[in-house]
Amino acid sequence: MALVSPTVRSSTQEQVRQGLTRRDRNVAGLVLQVLLLLAVLTTLLILFTLVIRLVTPAVPVFRERGFGFLTGTIGSDPDKVGIWPGLYGSFFIGLGIVLIGIPLGIAAAIYLEEYAHDSRLNRFIVVNIRNLAGVPAVIYGVLGLTIFVGWLDPITQGKTVIAAALTLAVLVLPIIIITASEAIRAVPQGLRDAGYGVGASRWEVTRDHVLPYAAPGILTGTVLSLARALGEAAPLILIGAITGLLPRTSLDGAFTALPMTIYSWSSKADVPGSVLGFENVAAAAGVVLLLLVLFFNIIAVVLRNKYEKKRTGT
Amino acid sequence: MSALPSLTIADLQGDRKRRNKEARMKVVFRIAAMLSIVISALIVFTLVRGAIDFLRLVPIGDLIDSAKVPGWFPRRERFDLPTVLLGSVIMGSIAMVVAVPFGLGTAIFLSEYASPRTRKVLKPVIEVLAGMPSVVVGYFALKFIAPDIVQPIFSPDKVQNMLAAGMGIGILIIPIMASVSEDALSAVPSSLREASYGVGARKSSTVAKVVLPAAVSGIVAAFIIAVSRAIGETMVATMAGGLDGSGARATSPLDPGLSITAALTNAAGGTDGVNSGAPYQVLFFLGLLLFALTMILNLIGDRFVRRVRQKY
Repeated sequence: MALVSPTVRSSTQEQVRQGLTRRDRNVAGLVLQVLLLLAVLTTLLILFTLVIRLVTPAVPVFRERGFGFLTGTIGSDPDKVGIWPGLYGSFFIGLGIVLIGIPLGIAAAIYLEEYAHDSRLNRFIVVNIRNLAGVPAVIYGVLGLTIFVGWLDPITQGKTVIAAALTLAVLVLPIIIITASEAIRAVPQGLRDAGYGVGASRWEVTRDHVLPYAAPGILTGTVLSLARALGEAAPLILIGAITGLLPRTSLDGAFTALPMTIYSWSSKADVPGSVLGFENVAAAAGVVLLLLVLFFNIIAVVLRNKYEKKRTGT
Repeated sequence: MSALPSLTIADLQGDRKRRNKEARMKVVFRIAAMLSIVISALIVFTLVRGAIDFLRLVPIGDLIDSAKVPGWFPRRERFDLPTVLLGSVIMGSIAMVVAVPFGLGTAIFLSEYASPRTRKVLKPVIEVLAGMPSVVVGYFALKFIAPDIVQPIFSPDKVQNMLAAGMGIGILIIPIMASVSEDALSAVPSSLREASYGVGARKSSTVAKVVLPAAVSGIVAAFIIAVSRAIGETMVATMAGGLDGSGARATSPLDPGLSITAALTNAAGGTDGVNSGAPYQVLFFLGLLLFALTMILNLIGDRFVRRVRQKY
């Protein structure tokens, strides 16, 4: 029996040939592709415009003031202001996160990944952490206002950089826990089993095998959370960061942070007779903040790439 | 024949110091994990207690202003809830109009069309946008979007308005929209695409009729999470919304307006050290409102994310 019947009508043959060889334009597909490309390019254009519109007004500040802009203090004359109090506040906020948020976050991640059994309580902790990560930053400001400024006043001295550091450490805690958990989960089980096989205890396996293996991943997450905390301004408004005058920077007195200087200068009217406007100094402070955040992001990307290469290489 | 040295359980447990250390470390880690529950409890406690105090000062019935021109005027003890709710809804909707096409478009492009090389360049750029501090975007909305984009096109009465602020918030949430939808699209197994090509479908029909429907719950999740972020976004709404903590109820995007978040920051920052009375206490009430809204959205969003994970 022939597989192909010889009596196919020529009109059908013609149809099939046309179907296979016709050069037809896929209009819908082309439109879709153009639209998608347009979406991507517009997103890039927005980012590009944002950077340009930030850098352009900032250039005269850096040209006129140079290093003085970094060491000057906040005030009412845009020709004389600087971001030193902001840098000071942001530095101690960063330090607080490194000293408090990161150790606590990693410890909680170790518990969840290495110690916790699949109990109802532990599942609740995981769900709870995921929810905390989605709570708006400004809510953490309300928390900080009550707990760290109010209740813990003897320790923090009220509206100080210490209260700010504690508030932001709590803010980034869920992010640190989630990223550290992911890094720890990626450690091959064989590594742990080998440790237990030679009689190591859980903490010894965690300390000597799991943590070193997961370190780059944990570090990437913590660096990113640090970058996020440095750019956060909303909680600081709540716990009373200074926007006007700040006579001196201290740990136990009034404070401000880099994003707060941008916030307060953005809405200030220009002083007549000054060379620079508040718009310019706000943009310049924005450039410094953006550079800091980018710097941390780049560190994170470099770490991640190195880590991925190492894992696939061996 | 000598007897084998018999091993007791004590021998296998190791020395006491080591066991104690092990137990101590476990307790330390456990406390750290429990801390997250303490934090949640404190958040809820703080907000609920402050909100109850506020409601003692201002009865619930007064939260809808009955004046001829209703509005949010904390100093005059007029707290019109529809004013701030409308502000958040209007700015949030504008943000979504910006974020959905650009975020979803970028996600589809990255996951379905981009070559590995393009992806390698494009993804870090999107991550830069994701890491953009909101205060910088607030500056951009205030100094560029409002005067140079919205003003010439729509010529509103006031330079600063909810449209400009909403667009700024939209820029901030493009990355979250893009990354959550891209995760959903990448989770669609390639066998589905191959099956579609196998029956002769084109790339465009495969994307539109196979990949997108398969990823739909993830895209819905991205949308809901982005809405939650848009409502919780504070700096852009505070800086570019055009009001200084009080204003009349606005219904048009071209009017200046107050969101829940903007009213919240102004209640804390605008009282000059006064921390009692209704104008201050309202911040806890607004905080509770915001917390409840975003929490509900996040829980729904999470459920959709989990549905994607279960499917593939």
